[in-house]
Amino acid sequence: MKFAVIVFPGSNCDMDLYYAIKDGVNEQVELVSYKETSLDGFDGILIPGGFSYGDYLRSGAIASHAPIINEVKRLAELGKPVLGICNGFQILTEIGLLPGTLTNNRQNRFICEDVQLIVENNQTQFTSEYELNEQITVPIAHGEGRYYCDDETLQMLKDNHQIVFKYTHDVNGSIEEIAGITNKQKNVLGMMPHPERAIETILGSDDGLKLFQSMVKKQKDEVQL
Amino acid sequence: MIEPTPKQVQEEKIYRSWGLSDSEYELISEKILGRLPNYTETGLFSVMWSEHCSYKNSKKVLRKLPNDSSRVLAGPGEDAGIIDIGDNQAVVFKAESHNHPSAVEPYQGAATGVGGIIRDIFSMGATPIALLNSLKFGPIDNDQTKHLVKEVVAGIGGYGNCIGIPTIGGEIAFEKCYEKNPLVNAMCIGLLDNTQFKHGQASGNDNLIVYVGAKTGRDGIHGATFASDEFSNKKKKQRSAVQVGNPFMEKLLMDACVEIIHEHSEWILGVQDMGAAGLVSSTAEMASKADSGLMLNLDNVPQRETNMSAYEMMLSESQERMVLCIKPEFKKQVLGFFESYNLDAVVIGKVTSDKQYRIYHNDELVVDIPVDSLVEDVPEYDHQGIMPERIIESKEQYIPEMESFRDTWLSVLSSPTIASKAYLYQTYDAQVKSNTVVKPGSDAGVVRIRGTRKAITSTNDSNSRYVYVDPYIGGQITVLEAARNIVSSGGIPVGITDCLNYGNPEDPEIFWELERSVQGIADVCRKFDVPVISGNVSLYNEFNKEAIYPSPMIGMVGLIENIDHITTSCFKNSGDLIYVLGSTSSDFNGSEIQNLQLGKVEGALNDIDLDIEKKNQNLILSAIKQGLLKSCHDLSEGGLAVALSESAFENKLGFNIQTNISTVEMFSETQSRYLITVDSKNKNQIESLFGNNFECLGFVTNDSIFTVKARDGELDLELNEALNSWKEAIPCLMK
Repeated sequence: MKFAVIVFPGSNCDMDLYYAIKDGVNEQVELVSYKETSLDGFDGILIPGGFSYGDYLRSGAIASHAPIINEVKRLAELGKPVLGICNGFQILTEIGLLPGTLTNNRQNRFICEDVQLIVENNQTQFTSEYELNEQITVPIAHGEGRYYCDDETLQMLKDNHQIVFKYTHDVNGSIEEIAGITNKQKNVLGMMPHPERAIETILGSDDGLKLFQSMVKKQKDEVQL
Repeated sequence: MIEPTPKQVQEEKIYRSWGLSDSEYELISEKILGRLPNYTETGLFSVMWSEHCSYKNSKKVLRKLPNDSSRVLAGPGEDAGIIDIGDNQAVVFKAESHNHPSAVEPYQGAATGVGGIIRDIFSMGATPIALLNSLKFGPIDNDQTKHLVKEVVAGIGGYGNCIGIPTIGGEIAFEKCYEKNPLVNAMCIGLLDNTQFKHGQASGNDNLIVYVGAKTGRDGIHGATFASDEFSNKKKKQRSAVQVGNPFMEKLLMDACVEIIHEHSEWILGVQDMGAAGLVSSTAEMASKADSGLMLNLDNVPQRETNMSAYEMMLSESQERMVLCIKPEFKKQVLGFFESYNLDAVVIGKVTSDKQYRIYHNDELVVDIPVDSLVEDVPEYDHQGIMPERIIESKEQYIPEMESFRDTWLSVLSSPTIASKAYLYQTYDAQVKSNTVVKPGSDAGVVRIRGTRKAITSTNDSNSRYVYVDPYIGGQITVLEAARNIVSSGGIPVGITDCLNYGNPEDPEIFWELERSVQGIADVCRKFDVPVISGNVSLYNEFNKEAIYPSPMIGMVGLIENIDHITTSCFKNSGDLIYVLGSTSSDFNGSEIQNLQLGKVEGALNDIDLDIEKKNQNLILSAIKQGLLKSCHDLSEGGLAVALSESAFENKLGFNIQTNISTVEMFSETQSRYLITVDSKNKNQIESLFGNNFECLGFVTNDSIFTVKARDGELDLELNEALNSWKEAIPCLMK
């Protein structure tokens, strides 16, 4: 499986994701500049965390106008897996691939710590290797990670089982402790916690590994079909 | 504005307000130039001859510090020092203070302190891998201090988090003397393949000087002079001397500089950060080191404000700017390279052979002075120190009063110096880059070096109370404490960077503190073969003539040869045996408990047996390498009581101990001690390794209770009660 890690000016978790794929699941991975206009040949798109364009204007707002974005949208429509982590999640909401928005943490400050997540839906290509309701340890590192959406959207997220990860407690003021959601088709996942920082026990947890293994398994299963 | 003429500069003594003395001005006009310097030239001399840039008051003292060892590839004099860590790899590190700017504009002052130290690292071609910081404030009992703490911490996090370098450690302390003059010291560590190391040099006639990065504005003018002066109620208009940071710009600059040094080293001869004293300092130092001259045309400098004078452009400390010296035949490639990163890059001058520093502005020659006069001809001052009256030479120790063992234990845990700082450091991204093995909260932070078995451990330490009561021994302890933190984490100390924060050195008592404490630092560095490879000096930390405590900060780096050796301070499993290595005596002068009970610290410190210190360090490293230690924690402020509590908190374990140490001595701060835990099956092995000089205290429990039977008293304390005292103190004060 060949992954693309999209690099915007100011992305800073691009190498974390690169190594999560290369060393964590031993698959192919390339860094792809925001200036590119084609993602042909890639089986999965990863949008890393960081501060694209310095988070100026609003997190993810300027990145949403980069040349590569049209191609990300095109692949998402084709059903290819797209994963946005942290700032990547913010970008996915900015470009409309995911509903809702991310605002300042309730505490109004940046928080970096290990948090507990509950796997709310293991019937997705990102979570098939997890047990339903499995509790996992994954770090967060964000100042604007408070997920918000209107009641109608929230109901839609619930009805379609789009809420994939929840925090076990109120971490940042997110509505219903939402940590990660997919689109309706379940091929686009956005999440604030950093699974790519949780792929080795020496760094505190390898609970994030199953997410990438799930993505790889889905693709391999499809190839076999 | 019409600039004053050279004659006016002389007659109205304008140079005085920029920090130049009459005798220095006379030296420049009569001996060096043989004419009156014009307004711009006088400005250049005043910043380059400031203490911040020239070390004219501290050079003599700094020479005491050893700066060489078998591992040193470059020492002081470069942007940062370099230490060999084997396998053709090296680490580059430096710490710098940003005290004065942080006092005036805490968010930007702290943020640009971090930005500046990162530039010092990547200008050497090293990839920054970790940040640390040491912060000191007044007591959190007023809104002004709360604001300072909140904004400084936010500024540090705001810069480091955005640029994407993990903050892996540091320290925060509170003391009355820092109320109006907080200390903000930041350190950065970079990783380098040592063959790619670039000297900041501008040699070779006609080589080009290229300016890269942010545009120049009127911010930070005279920042270096400002840093070399005292604060007082009378001097309030200093905000213009503070700069504004842009970590996004710096991220682009960092990625571009590291790439150009690594991938296109044939294009460039030197890279230098524009830090203190901006354009003049970076270019003059570059030229002086290379024994060359320089010609700059300021009309080419990217400017973000209009009608800037030569004086303003040369002295601006606008952030995120670098200077490169390149070969003229690669001009097109270099400019194109930076353009691809969306960075401004322009040729602003060239190298000349006549050792003159010439600046043109609006087609006029506005500066024409010898390069060396800015860098080499600074007068050096030899101050004489006098022992301050407050120093008590008697080593008789303070004896704490102990009405309630339990209450004392809890009040020490909730004292701001001891209490958990997690509320503050949790706002720093400690994990970005996915290499952080030990995050803030243990004795020292650890980052592994991907693709190897090695890791780097680092700590920032200063205990200014010890230095205040006894500068020589206090200076020794600062280094020893840092070394014990490194050793406890499984590392071998390999080098030091320092920030020497003091008051006005022209005061003989302050100079004495500086001299004695640096002597203490130097003697320990020699004994332990740990060189000081970089650092900075921050003097004039005073408000209304009240100086801060003498506050040398040691940033130490250790090499962990095998990631299996990485050790943390927290207890791991119930049933593990608890030992203290090193003997405990009455060491209460300068201690946490003395400060708590008296509201001040006083009295001389007991001498330290450096042979025992060294022996214990070696024993700990040896035990770690044999895989015997499950946890290891250095004993420092608050003594055994605090170390036991801290080790228990992380995994919420209890302990049951019985000891010959008295209840009061549980708070003694005797040096050279470690708290360790060992699997009970390794009892004989650890005891035969240690030989003597240790005590088996008891064992770790899972019942969440601290049970202590001391020689003259007992304690049963719920873990949660202790934990709350320790954990909630800072958040509570900050509300």
